[in-house]
Amino acid sequence: MAETKNMILNMGPQHPSTHGVLRLILELDGETVVKLTPDIGYLHRGVEKLGENLTYHQFIPLTDREDYIASLSNNLAYCMTVEKLLGMEVPPRAMVARVLLTELQRIASHLFWLGTFGIDIGAMSLFFYTFREREQILDMFEACAGARLTVNYFRIGGIAKDLPEGFEKQVRDFIKIFPERMKNDYERIFQDNKIVRIRTEGVGIISKEDAIDLGLSGPLLRACGVPWDIRKSNPYCGYETYDFDIATGKVGDVFDRYLVRMEEMRQSLKIIQQALDRLPGGPFLADDPKVCLPSKQKVMTEMESLIHHFKIVSEGFEPPVGEVYHSIETPRGELGFYIVSDGSNKPYRLRFRPPSFVNLESLAKMAEGKLIGDLVAIIGALDPVMGEVDR
Amino acid sequence: MTEFIIIMLVKMFVIFGAVMLTMTYITLAERKILGYMQIRPGPNRVGPWGLLQPIADGIKLFLKEDIIPDNASKAVFVIAPAMALIPAVMTIAVVPFGPAVTIFGRPIDIYMADINIGILYIFAVSSIGVYGIVLAGWSSESKYSLLGGLRSSAQMISYELSMGFAIVGVIMLSQSLSMVKIIEAQKGVWFIIPQFLGFAIYITAAIAELNRTPFDLPEGESELVSGYFTEYSSMKYAMFMLAEYINIITVSGIVTTLYLGGWHGPILPPFIWFIVKLFAVVFFMIWVRATFPRFRYDQLMTFGWKVLLPASIVNILLTAVFMTVFGEL
Repeated sequence: MAETKNMILNMGPQHPSTHGVLRLILELDGETVVKLTPDIGYLHRGVEKLGENLTYHQFIPLTDREDYIASLSNNLAYCMTVEKLLGMEVPPRAMVARVLLTELQRIASHLFWLGTFGIDIGAMSLFFYTFREREQILDMFEACAGARLTVNYFRIGGIAKDLPEGFEKQVRDFIKIFPERMKNDYERIFQDNKIVRIRTEGVGIISKEDAIDLGLSGPLLRACGVPWDIRKSNPYCGYETYDFDIATGKVGDVFDRYLVRMEEMRQSLKIIQQALDRLPGGPFLADDPKVCLPSKQKVMTEMESLIHHFKIVSEGFEPPVGEVYHSIETPRGELGFYIVSDGSNKPYRLRFRPPSFVNLESLAKMAEGKLIGDLVAIIGALDPVMGEVDR
Repeated sequence: MTEFIIIMLVKMFVIFGAVMLTMTYITLAERKILGYMQIRPGPNRVGPWGLLQPIADGIKLFLKEDIIPDNASKAVFVIAPAMALIPAVMTIAVVPFGPAVTIFGRPIDIYMADINIGILYIFAVSSIGVYGIVLAGWSSESKYSLLGGLRSSAQMISYELSMGFAIVGVIMLSQSLSMVKIIEAQKGVWFIIPQFLGFAIYITAAIAELNRTPFDLPEGESELVSGYFTEYSSMKYAMFMLAEYINIITVSGIVTTLYLGGWHGPILPPFIWFIVKLFAVVFFMIWVRATFPRFRYDQLMTFGWKVLLPASIVNILLTAVFMTVFGEL
C-alpha cells in the first residue's frame, strides 16, 4: 500500500470564516483536523508602543480600534484605568450612562456575533435580521457621538458630551421590540432548527478545568458552567446595584455558547431598563479642570478655562507616579488595562489583556480531531476580533 | 423528412433559447426572493426592478480575465466546465413542457423527444455532470478545490441512489419510463398524493444533487471558499453557474412531471400549468436556501445512507403492497 501523507491546508489570513486575518495552518487527514497551528500578527499595529508616545487623552481613539465590534467597552476599560490612577470620581449621570451604553454595546456585539456565526454554519438569513437590530443600536451611538463603529464617546472623568435629546425614547423603543424579535426572528428560525442543533450540540466541548487553566473568560468560560463575570465578582460603575443574573451553560459546547450569549442579551436588556429608569441629571463630566476639558461656553468666556483647555489639549495632564490595573467585562470577556506612570504626561508603559487573544489559545484544544465544518463553527463561537488579538 | 428536421431545429432553438432566458431570470428571481426574505430589496440598480441585472452579470463575466492557474492540468481544467454544462443542457430534451399543440395546421409537441426510457436517460446523462465537478476540483491543483471535488463526488453518489429508488414508486404506478406516459397516468390523481414519501425523498435528494443549501458542501463558502470552482474565473466560472441553474430547471421539471401531475390542471392551458408548477418548485428551493444552514460532511453522509436510502426502499415496498391490495390505479 502506498504511503499516505496528511495534507497541509493554509486557511487564511484571507478566508471567509476566519473573522478577519487569522491564519490557521491545518494538518488534515481527509477532512479531519489533525493539528492546528494558529498564526497571528497580520493586524499588528504596535498600539501598546503608540500608547507610550501619546498623552492619556490622545490614546482613547486608539482603544476604539482594538475590539472594533465593541468599541465603547474598550473606551470604558481604558478610561476607568486612568481614573483609577488619578483616584478620580465620576459623576453619577456619567456612570449610569456608561452602564447603559456599554450594555447596548454588548447587545450590538452579540448580535454581530450571532449573524456572522449563522453565516459560518451556512444560515445566511439570520445575519440580516440581527443586523437590523444592531443598526438601531448604532443609530443611538450615532446620535450620541456622531460615529457608529468607532464611537470614542467616553472620556477620562465621564463622557464626551451629554446624552442627546430623544435618546431615551430611542432606547425605550428598542427595549419594546427587541425581546419579541429575539423570540420570533432568531430563536424560531435558528435555535429550533434541527440542522443548527446537530451542527452545534456537542461540538467544541472544553471542560471547566481546561477553560480555567487556559485563562478563558467571557461567554466562553460561562458556557462551561463557571459563573465568572467581572460585573459581579469585581463590580465597577455601580454594577452591584443592578439586578441581573449571570448566564451559564452546562456542557461547554458551541450550542451552550450560543445560549449564554442569547441570555446575556436578555440580561443586558434588563440592565438597560434599570439604568434608564434611574438616569440622574447633573454633570456628565467630573469637575477637575486639570484633567477634563471645560465646556466650549466656558472656554469662550473665562480666561482660566481657556488656559486649562489649551494645557489639556497641548500637553495633557500628569498623573501621579504608580502602576494600575483595571479590568472590565466586555462582550468577549475580561479586558484589562495595565498602565505604569512615571509622572509624565504619557504612560511609561501601557499594556492590555485582550480577551480574544487569550480565548484564541483554546482553539487548538477544541478543534483538533474534528472536521473542517466543526472548526468553522468553533471559530465562529469563539468570536475572536483580530484587532485586539494582534493589537 | 425535411419537414421533420425543420420542425426539430426550430424546436431546438426555441426550447434552448427559452431555457437559457428562464435560467438567467431564475438567478434574478433567486436574488430578489432571497432579498425579500432577508428584509432587503435585492438587485434594483440595473434596469427597472433590477430586470437587466442578469444581462449585466453576463456581460461582466464575458469581459473578465480568464485565468488558468500555472499548476493546473490545462486540458482538463478547460474541459471540466463543459462537462458540467453539456449534460445539463442535454437533459432538458426530455422534459415535457406541454402536450401537442397545433401550429400552422400541424400538431407539434412542446418537448424535444419522448423517448420510452425518458427517466433512465435523465439519470444517465445527469450523472455525467458530476465528472465536470470532480475534474474541476482535481485539475485546479488547489487544496480547497480538491476538497470540494471530493465532497461532491461522495455526495452525488450517495444521493443519486436514493433518488433512483424514490422514483421507482412512480414508475410502478405509471407502468412506464416515458415522461409523457407518466404525465398521462396522472390525469386523475397527482402522484404526490399516493407517493408523498417518494416525493419528499426525491426533492431532498434532488436538492443535494444540485449542491444547494442545506447540501451545498462542495461549494461551502465558509469552509472551502468556493469549493471546486475556487480557481475558475470568467466564462468558465459562468459555465458552472449556467449548469447549476439549468439543472435547477431540469430538476423542477422532473418533479413537476413525476409528482405534480405535469401539465394537468383546470382552466388554464396545459403549458401554463406546467410552467406554474415548475416555478413553484424553483421557489421552494430558494425558500429552503433562505431558511436552512449547512450540514456537516459526515452528517450529510449519515443522512443520505441511513435515512433517505432506507426510506426510499420502504417507499417501494409500501407501493408494491398497496398495488397488490388495491390493484393498480
